[in-house]
Parts: sequence; C-alpha cells; structure tokens
Amino acid sequence: MLTILFDGIAYGMLLFVISCGLAVTLGLMNFVNLAHGAFAILGGYCAYALVNLYGVPFFASLPVAFLFAAMIGLLAERTLYVHFYNRSHLEQVLFTIGLVFMVSALVDYFMGSQQRFINLPPYLQGRFDFFGIGIGKYRLLIIFICALILLVLQLILGHTRFGSRLRAAVDDQRVARGLGINVNWVFALTFAVGCGLAGLGGALGAEILSLEPHFPLKFMIYFLIVVSVGGTSSITGPFLASILLGIGDVAGKYYAPRYGGFVIYTIMIVVLVLRPQGLFARGQSK
Amino acid sequence: MHTISTPQEATQALAKRRAWHWLEVVFWLAAAASVFLLPSQHSLLTQIAIWSLFAISLDLILGYAGIVSLGHAAYFGFGAYVAALFAINYTGEPVTGLAVAAVASGLLGLVTSLLVLRGSDLTRLMVTLGIALVMYELANQMSWLTGGADGLTGMPVDPVLGVLPISFRPLNAYGYVLAVLFVLFVVARRIVHSPFGMSLRAIKGNPLRASQIGVPNNLRLIAVYSIAAAYAGIAGALLAQTTPVVSLTYIDFQRSADVLLMLIIGGTGYLYGGIIGSALFLIAQKFIGNVTPQYWEFWIGFALVVIALFARDRGVFSIFERLRNIVGGKTKP
Amino acid sequence: MNALETIHLEKRFGGIVPTSDVNLVVREGARHALIGPNGAGKTTLINLLTGVLKPSKGRIKLGGEDITVLKPHQRVARGISRTFQINQVFGELSPLESIVFAIGEREHLGTRFWRGFGSDDAIVAEAVAIAKQFGLSDVLTAQTASLPYGKQRQLEIALAIAGKPRVLLLDEPAAGVPEAERHEILEIVAALPQDVTVLLIEHDMDIVFGFADRISVLVEGKLFVEGEPKEIENDPRVRAVYLGERADG
Repeated sequence: MLTILFDGIAYGMLLFVISCGLAVTLGLMNFVNLAHGAFAILGGYCAYALVNLYGVPFFASLPVAFLFAAMIGLLAERTLYVHFYNRSHLEQVLFTIGLVFMVSALVDYFMGSQQRFINLPPYLQGRFDFFGIGIGKYRLLIIFICALILLVLQLILGHTRFGSRLRAAVDDQRVARGLGINVNWVFALTFAVGCGLAGLGGALGAEILSLEPHFPLKFMIYFLIVVSVGGTSSITGPFLASILLGIGDVAGKYYAPRYGGFVIYTIMIVVLVLRPQGLFARGQSK
Repeated sequence: MHTISTPQEATQALAKRRAWHWLEVVFWLAAAASVFLLPSQHSLLTQIAIWSLFAISLDLILGYAGIVSLGHAAYFGFGAYVAALFAINYTGEPVTGLAVAAVASGLLGLVTSLLVLRGSDLTRLMVTLGIALVMYELANQMSWLTGGADGLTGMPVDPVLGVLPISFRPLNAYGYVLAVLFVLFVVARRIVHSPFGMSLRAIKGNPLRASQIGVPNNLRLIAVYSIAAAYAGIAGALLAQTTPVVSLTYIDFQRSADVLLMLIIGGTGYLYGGIIGSALFLIAQKFIGNVTPQYWEFWIGFALVVIALFARDRGVFSIFERLRNIVGGKTKP
Repeated sequence: MNALETIHLEKRFGGIVPTSDVNLVVREGARHALIGPNGAGKTTLINLLTGVLKPSKGRIKLGGEDITVLKPHQRVARGISRTFQINQVFGELSPLESIVFAIGEREHLGTRFWRGFGSDDAIVAEAVAIAKQFGLSDVLTAQTASLPYGKQRQLEIALAIAGKPRVLLLDEPAAGVPEAERHEILEIVAALPQDVTVLLIEHDMDIVFGFADRISVLVEGKLFVEGEPKEIENDPRVRAVYLGERADG
C-alpha cells in the first residue's frame, strides 16, 4: 500500500518535471504545445544512446540529455514556434501535432520501434526495505532529483532577476517591453529550459514511462491533465496535480486496472468544466 | 461592385450565393460515374466516401461554427457500435441501422455539447479529447458488449431496403455509401445556406455581436454540434456495415486526428474540403503508406506543419494561392 | 413612461466599483446622453444594461419590465439594441448578409434550417431600405472586412437599428471615424427615428450638446448630476470634473 504511494510519488514527480515546461508555454504564453512530449523522448533517446551505445556513465548522461533537448527546443522555438505565437489555437494544434508525428517517425526510423531501457548502474537497481515499505532505489533517486529541480525552479522564479522578468513578460508583454525587457529572449530561454527539463524527465523516466517512439502522443494527455488540472498561476499547482495523477494512476493500475483510465479522464473533464482555470489556481479568472 | 438599390437585385445576389455552381454538378456526376467506371478501386472509393462524410461532419462544427475538436471519433465510433449491436440484436437492414446510429450519436452529441461548449478553445480541445478517451475506455472495458480489444464481429448486413445486397458486393456497397454521402451532403448544404447556417457563421465570426443581435449562441451551437455528431455516427455506421469488424480503432485518437487533418488539407467552411481532403489523404496513404508506415507518419506530420504555417481556410488550395501570389508578385496580408 | 431604468445598480470587480448605486432614468423617446471622464464606468454601465456583465446588486427595468436576470439575447428580443465603441461587425459576411441576418433574428427565424438564406422577400426588402438609409447601398455585396472604417461604423449602427429596438444604446458612435467621414455618421445619428429612445455615450461635447435633450454625468461609477443640456453646460461642478481631467492630461 505504502509502496504504491511511494511509486506513485516517483511517477508524479517525473510527470511534473516533464510537464512544468508545458505549464509555462501553455499557461503563461498561451500556446497549445502538444509536441511537448517530443522533447522528452529526445532527451530519453539521447541518454539511451550515450549510456547503452557509448558507455557514458548514467549520471553524466542526464545533463547532456537536458542540454540536448534544450538546444533543440531553442532551435525549434526560434525557427518554427515563433511564427505561431499570435495564431489561433487550432493552427497551433495542427502544427504541434505535425511535429509530434515527424519526431515519432524519425525516432522510429533511427532508433527502431521497440521499447528501450537505459542500462542503470548496479547500485541503482533493486529495492530495499524501509519499515515494511519496499523502496526502489532508482525511484528514490528520481524523487530526490525532481525535488531538487522543484526547489531550484522555485528559487529561480521567486528570487532572481530572470524570474521577475519572466513574470513581468507574462503579466503584460507590452509593459515589459517598455521596461526594456527583451521579451522574445525571455520566452525563448524559458521555452528552452522547459524543453530541457522535459528531456531530463524523459531520460530519468525511460524506465518507468516506457521509452518508445509513440511516447509523445501516449503521454500528451497526461501532460495536458497536469497543466489543466493544476492551473498555471504557480508551480505548486501543476506539482500537486502531477503527484495526485501519479498516485492515482499507479494505484488505479494496481487496484482497478480496468477503470483507471476511465476515472482519470472523467475527473479531467469534470475539473475542466467546473474550474477551467485549474483546480489549484488561485483567485478568480479575469 | 455595383450599387444595389432594389430588393430584387438583393434577392438575386443572395440567391446566387446559395445556387449550385456548375463545377459542383460536374463533381457529383463524376462521382456517380465512378461507380461504374472504376470497378477496381471500389474499396478505396468506399473508404473515401465514408471519411468524406465524417470530415463534412467535422466541417459543420469547425468550419461553420468554429468549434475545435480533437475527439470527433467519439461520435463516429459510438455510431458504429450502435449500428453493429442494433444489427446483431434487431434487424440487419442498413438504412434502419443508419437512422438508429444517427439518433444515438446525435443524442450523445447533445449531452456532451453541454460540456464542450463551456470555456475557451483550449478547454474545448481538452474536453473533446477527454470525451473521446472516455468513450474509448468504455468500449474497451465493456467487452461483454463491444468485444473489447478483439472487436465486434458477426454483424449481419441485409440488403439495403430489402432490395440491394451490399455484403461482398463492392459495387453495390460503394453505390450505397455514395448515395448516403450525396443525400447527407445535400442536407448539409441546405443547412449551411439557411438562416440557421448564417447564424452559425455569425457566431463564429463575432459571438459578441451575434448575441447582441439576439442570437441565443449556445442553443445554436448545441444544435449544430448534435447534428454533426449524428453525421459522424452515420459515417461510423457506414464503415461498420462495409467492414467485417468494428474495433477500438473506430474511436481512437488517430482517427480524430486523421479526420481533422483531412478536413484541414481540403479546407474548412465550404463542405467540399472534407471530400477533397479525404480523397487526397487516402490516395496518398495508399501510395506512400504501403511502402513504409514510418515514412507515411513523417509525411503526414510534415504536411500538417506546412499547412499550419502557410495555409488558412482553404487548405492545400491556399498554398497554391500563395504560390500564385508570390509568383505574380502580389503580396497578401 | 420610462423606457429604461436602473435601480441602485452596482457592479464590483474585487475592490473596484465601476458602477456604484446608479439610479438612471431614460424617458421614452428621449435623446439621452451619458457623459463622464475616462474611466467613469460608462461602458461598464452599457455592458450591465445589455447583459454582457451581471450586476452585483440592483435592478434594471426595460419599459417597466424587470430584465435584470435575462441573458443578452433575451434582452435584445425585448427591444434593447446597442452599438460598440470598437466596431463589432461580421468581417467575413457582406453588409447585405449581415443586415438580412439581423432582421431575420429579430423575427425569430434564425432556427429555420431548411429555407434558403435570403429567400424571404419582405426581409430582403427591409434590409435594402435600411442599407439605403445608412448609406450602404454601394457596398452591399462587398466583404465587410474590406470596407473602410467609416462604412463599417455605418453598418454597426445599421445592425443595431435592424433589430427595431425600443431603446438604442450608442457607445461613442463617432469614435475612430476619420474626420472626413464623421459628418455622415452624425447625420445618421441625428436622423434616427423619433420613436426610438436613444442613450448616447460620448466624449465629444460638440456631439453631445448638438444631439441630447437630457444629459447624465457619470463620475467614478456614480451618477454625478443630471439635467437639461443648458444646466449641465453651466454647472460649475461638471466643468470642474472635466477641467480637472484635462489638467491631469
């Protein structure tokens, strides 16, 4: 029982790390980016290639996965996404679904369609028993890393110049520009970091989320749930939503494998209809 | 542009907008001729006709009323399952099956429209997606009824109206599907050129002004959403009647995405976009997709990105238009 | 007889109160102007009257009937029409289609899905007459979005009139119209049928004093003064409000 809770938290933490970038693009920049998961598998496959094919140590592969996904994210933002900021949501949807299809097909072509596992160092494998709770070492590591990321994000957003610039740019683009903030650059950088985090999450989660070419489409709905249920007015909203979704999904698969998906989707619809701003959003909409 | 000073001139101008163009007549004559002239392609043509109807259904809500949907397959699949179960339990007469599927999907559309029509584009995207996922899960879990992942087989298909056998008769089946498509196309065409259809275009163009003219926006949108759902249900039922098995792929996300893509390729808001788009899509799929499925997925994605970048309401045609403008040195905003 | 009446009307957004205890009476057939400095809450008041916003407190009566809880389209059906400060027209449609559509909706024929749009001769004839009245005859079949702003402004007012309102709310009808096309709009406003009650929201004092027979001044969400144009013109408090505003820039 507590093991399920533990696994669920690890799973939720992963979802959070992957989706928090989406919370920024979707919520703050008002851009429907259905291709967010594509950056996650880029990171995942990058780590897989480094560790399994070139023998790079696992821990060294994580920052590379982050940078790789961030660089591609930056490139995509500057060349493609930037044309879609002021377009309709429908056009954004078409464009990003197109990207997902292309990335999935390319990954399939270069890496094969079967599921890939990253070779973990032996000391991260297995479980240990902690007062009767089976704790997977690897999952513990995930929780640790993700908690660290959450902490760093909070610090950056709340206490740095960049954080205040981002908040200003999101609050009112025109005023921010007037204050001399390079809004385009702030958005590009934020987008890149969001993609990088997705890539890192993809690398970390290769084992748990199952790394295969159609991952972006499969998990798209999960990322969207995190953002829409969590709301986008803070980082804590998506975080809580991720944890709840993680626990709910793991528990659902364990206790009621037949109705898990059904319950999650229904809850999503109910939340969207009743609280379009998200369950944990503060205050009222405009 | 000339001055209109008499009601007669105005009436004529408006009547011209809804009159049949000769190209349309040629198009449908060609379609009718294809029943007899292209016997080797009947299965492909049948697929095109069914997808066309499905895409027209999406066009009614997206092109005319501006409702974006990522889950239109929910109504397609529901109609297919209803038609199959009805045929198994009651009668295998296809037209009756279509009617039952239309009513069932229309009612599902009516109920779900209350969820869909709240909120912004983004919420609508998510809610439509969510509804389709819920329907998928339901079909998957209620395997005692739907056959679950194995699909539903053994659906009897009697002769149409007791006269025209379509089972294992590709020519008859295509003729039947095409006739249904034509009738429903004419109905849709009348609807979009009616005062009701005009109110949808008005709501899409400027909901605030529409409501201040006295249009009950939500009621109109609920109505068209239900009609579109009924159309999708009929399309699903047609596929069920012309294929041996009704399976979960009828409701999956891929189908919702494909129909959206077909409509976008052909262009929204003039009804023929869905037909042209599904024809282009399925013909391309037949030629490219048969080589390697991965390539197909890549090119579909590529097409989406290009269309989203350059095209607007007229799908591939606006790309041609843009090229023409660029070549002709004209710049368009 | 009062055409339109608000009773202790109030609207709050959090701590801001753009409409505060407004008791406005517009008499039948009046040419009533609502003026006030920027941010006085004029447009909020219009949005409350038309049902775009819901009031926090108070009642709204149209011809004696309480319409406070009615939806926008239900209020339109009871005879209240409006124009917007910024044009709200149907860019994709032609002016002819827009006006025919507006008349059809007034006659509750918008649910007809089996008749051709524009096949009702009486409606088309009325639309042509309205177009003539509003100087739109020469552009009737053009796409609205392609028309100059002034023409779109004329269509904006024509659409409101097509609803045959008892009460017409004009939100700065001359706003954004180039100087050259301005007089045409003002002529149209001046020529509005006498049986229509008009509530005009306006910044431009020349327009107000040339048009209104009654003026209400709104300041910071409250009704400040009300009276005949002469009284308002000579009211030192009104002058102070306006001069004060100008002094601020």
